[in-house]
Amino acid sequence: MTRYLADTAALARKDLLLELRGRETLPAMVLFVVSMLVAFRFALTDDGSDAARGLLWVAIVFTALLGLGRAFVAEREQGLLDGLVLAPCDRSAIWLAKLLATLAFLVLVELIALPAFALFFSGGVDVGTVLAVGLADVGICAVGTLLAAMAVAGRARELLLPLLFLPLALPIVVGGVGATVAEDAGRYLGFLGLYDLIFAILAWATFEYVVTE
Amino acid sequence: MIRARDLSKRFGGKRVLERVELDVARGDFVLVTGPNGSGKTTLLRLCAGLAAPTRGTLEVEVGRARVGFLGHEPLVYRELTALENLELYGRLYRIEERRERIGMLLERFGLWEARRERAGSFSRGMLQRLALCRTLLHEPELLLLDEPFNALDAEGAALLDRELHELRGGATLLVATHDPERLVPLASGRLAFA
Repeated sequence: MTRYLADTAALARKDLLLELRGRETLPAMVLFVVSMLVAFRFALTDDGSDAARGLLWVAIVFTALLGLGRAFVAEREQGLLDGLVLAPCDRSAIWLAKLLATLAFLVLVELIALPAFALFFSGGVDVGTVLAVGLADVGICAVGTLLAAMAVAGRARELLLPLLFLPLALPIVVGGVGATVAEDAGRYLGFLGLYDLIFAILAWATFEYVVTE
Repeated sequence: MIRARDLSKRFGGKRVLERVELDVARGDFVLVTGPNGSGKTTLLRLCAGLAAPTRGTLEVEVGRARVGFLGHEPLVYRELTALENLELYGRLYRIEERRERIGMLLERFGLWEARRERAGSFSRGMLQRLALCRTLLHEPELLLLDEPFNALDAEGAALLDRELHELRGGATLLVATHDPERLVPLASGRLAFA
């Protein structure tokens, strides 16, 4: 277990270092989400409506998709997945490390996006919304990282990832919007937690088959 | 060390390897030769476990922790320095006394001075040297080298020659090349034609 965590930490550190050096993913995600929120602000006449909260989730999911699309870029462009697959670490550690790195980027983006949303829309951001976003992030990254690894092997990878990811992200959007607009957010938070658990286990268990022929 | 029986590999409808029979004993130095597109790379990738055979069986005695693979790509991150790349692999391969081993390889392959430079700034030849450091880092028992002399200058080629001479008899080597002349004297009396 210690070795597994050490491998995951080494791989996640590498991904964070790559982003720190390249600065390709994070700025694009921030710019994208802020642009979306600005556009929504001007498109909606009632700035405290449920629609605004719903659109927050659209912004989060598409911003995450942007980050996921770049998750395996270094590995794809330089054939580096072979190097990681050859290493004697558990292959699921590659998935977990990518998940953690993508999650870190997404959380950083949301540290800007949620205050921006509260600034633009009068409804603000309550604790239920923050909890829902946190739970949704885990689900998005768990499923998205697996699908990004699958897409990387395909030819139409830019098209394949959204095609695979968006249908699977629908329950997250439903749970997230529910937790944000409903009186009782607990039910929806439970749903998001269950989604995270099921899909994290599935992604963890199947990743090895995705990265090996 | 390696035992292939009726080994075949197809990519879609394209037949790349057909009914290959291969026995490689521990300590052998086997040269795999043939023209471009003859399946040398595929054979090595199958042996490394990076691809699965379409038909037949392939048994490799050692696990992936003891396999060193040098392919067409150097398998190093361009945004990381030479040292960071080897540190990463050193951690994943759980090498004890990692720093010493990395330092020794960087010295041996003439990259010590450039150790803190990003791999992306390296020439093709330097990348190949770094790739060789990565491949040899964990002292593999089975070495699979695909066109290892590619991009190496005379000095780099001489370093690799010396390394292969030292490894001969210890590690098992499978070297794929379309230009076997340099390596024929090293092969243990056997050439494999893919």
